[in-house]
Amino acid sequence: MPKLKAVYQTLLNKWYAVIAHRFFWPFFLIAGLLFSIAASSFDLIDLYVQLILIYVGINIILTISLNLINGYMGEFSIGHAGFMAIGAYIASLLTVNIFPPSAINFLFPVAVLAGGLGAALIGLLVAVPSFKTRGDYLAIVTLAFGMIVKSGIENIEAIGGPRGFLGMEKLTTLPWVFFWTVLSVWVIRNLVYSNFGRGVLSIREDEIASDLMSVNTRQVKVIVFVVSSFFAGIAGGLFAHALQYINPRMFDILKSTDILIMVYLGGIASIAGSIIGAVIYTILLEVLRPLGIWRMVFMPLMLVLLMIYRPRGIMGLREARLFVPLRDLLAVKFWKQKKKEADDAPA
Amino acid sequence: MAYIFQQILNALQLGSIYALIALGYTMVYGILTMINFAHGDLFMVGAFFCFLIAVYLKLSFVPTLLLSVLGVACLGVVIERLAYKPLRNAPRVSAIITALGVGLFLENFTLALSPYPKHIPALIADKTWLIGSVSISSLQIIIIALSLSLMLVLDFIVQRTKAGMAMRAISWDKTVVPLMGVPVNKIISLTFAIGTGLGGAAGMMYGLAYPVIDPYMGIMVGWKAFISAVVGGIGNIRGAMIGGFILGSVEIMVAAFLPSTYRDFVAFTLLLILLIFRPYGILGKPNPQKV
Repeated sequence: MPKLKAVYQTLLNKWYAVIAHRFFWPFFLIAGLLFSIAASSFDLIDLYVQLILIYVGINIILTISLNLINGYMGEFSIGHAGFMAIGAYIASLLTVNIFPPSAINFLFPVAVLAGGLGAALIGLLVAVPSFKTRGDYLAIVTLAFGMIVKSGIENIEAIGGPRGFLGMEKLTTLPWVFFWTVLSVWVIRNLVYSNFGRGVLSIREDEIASDLMSVNTRQVKVIVFVVSSFFAGIAGGLFAHALQYINPRMFDILKSTDILIMVYLGGIASIAGSIIGAVIYTILLEVLRPLGIWRMVFMPLMLVLLMIYRPRGIMGLREARLFVPLRDLLAVKFWKQKKKEADDAPA
Repeated sequence: MAYIFQQILNALQLGSIYALIALGYTMVYGILTMINFAHGDLFMVGAFFCFLIAVYLKLSFVPTLLLSVLGVACLGVVIERLAYKPLRNAPRVSAIITALGVGLFLENFTLALSPYPKHIPALIADKTWLIGSVSISSLQIIIIALSLSLMLVLDFIVQRTKAGMAMRAISWDKTVVPLMGVPVNKIISLTFAIGTGLGGAAGMMYGLAYPVIDPYMGIMVGWKAFISAVVGGIGNIRGAMIGGFILGSVEIMVAAFLPSTYRDFVAFTLLLILLIFRPYGILGKPNPQKV
């Protein structure tokens, strides 16, 4: 047993050395992009597996963006699927009705971006009630918002109403999903570790204290809501063009619950946790598919057990070293050293 | 004019069902400061118990009501003991997620056992009286009268009995009250039993009024009842009753004067506007943060 532990320790140290290398990120990104392009254009992997990978990517974007509100800022938003719906409908309307079919492949990112921006605009509106309300009442505001979006779309006959909207081409490919996933992880990670991100964390810990420490809480809330809904909109656009059919019922409260489950399974306030949660949840749902309806019985049961025995999720409030900036690592090292010196010194 | 009276009657019927469910949310919130998101699904289970008892045991109205309320209350207590009690000192959000998980579990478990919508047999002889040109059915009278009397009984329990006093004391202060010899666990179980039992009764009445039941029926009704609880001020029992009637009348009025697909849209928009101007609900007290 001690031997196993030593092996684990050396492997861990090797891994830390690898991720600290300055070529790690460029290599990872280029390799990932090349792999995704190769996989989708030469059919290296099964189409079904490709679709699952696409869903994994979309779910990572959703989870990480919701984690920004629920994990880092400590609010409780249950209407994330609403933003996703707005992004999905805007992007689909653009690619089906407005953009010329000849240039659709080049204009697809523009459509997705427009979906994200549309969702961000609505996120701005939802941020306003969050100035006055907190906790449960803000949860209701987001819940009501999600239902208003669904019910509103159902009543607009021009975009299909309750029948849904179809006619999109299959434009969401593995490379695009990879690109948007990396972009969202990169933006949110940098946001969280910036000066501004420390302000977000301080709102979670104590809003009044952070206000007194001259954090502009209103501005922080608005920006967090806008960024989070922007990425939810992006995920919606990708989702619509992966499935090639959307209807308002896909974005109801159950979808929001799904995203919440991924966030809390992976762990709040953790980038690595969001990725782990989204990957595990999506893949487990696919693996358990032979169980039929019973998998939907086991998943919530698993969630309940997880919450009882590990209430903060897999990576709750912790972060993989991969995503921690060097500055923070050095600071931790410095303070540990200092503490050790102080402990060793005779009193 | 008669049309309006007819709609008021419908609003009372729907509102009393919402109010009964909202009471369960608000009681649990008041005592544990936890939103029991599984409550809407316990309402659904109540309707299914009613279906099982009415179809397989062939009992009449009153025994069916008593048995399904009892069954749902037991289920509520068991859920509290197994799933929520271990989390009493955990972060609040994990309790909420657990509740969501329990709710999903109940839905999908029921779906796995009974994949097709079920039809509850009529347990009450259907009689309709005409007063002027307003028609009143016996079912409507029973639903409204039963809900109102249940609410009165609940109000009596909470305001006048020793157990009710203990409930109010626990929601007031959770650290001191156990020191005064109040059996906190028993009171919490009792709260869950009463709250979910009311939800079960509401499930049965909903099943009688709109006879087709399916495992997902609790989601929308549950969220709406939750919204009623919030509109009234969550944690406030009289507020939950008022909120239920308000939401019920808003929905019926919207459906009466606009296309009924706008019902949810208008109801939720009104809720948002209300929350912006009165963030703590109608009867809720603002909870100023102390520094």
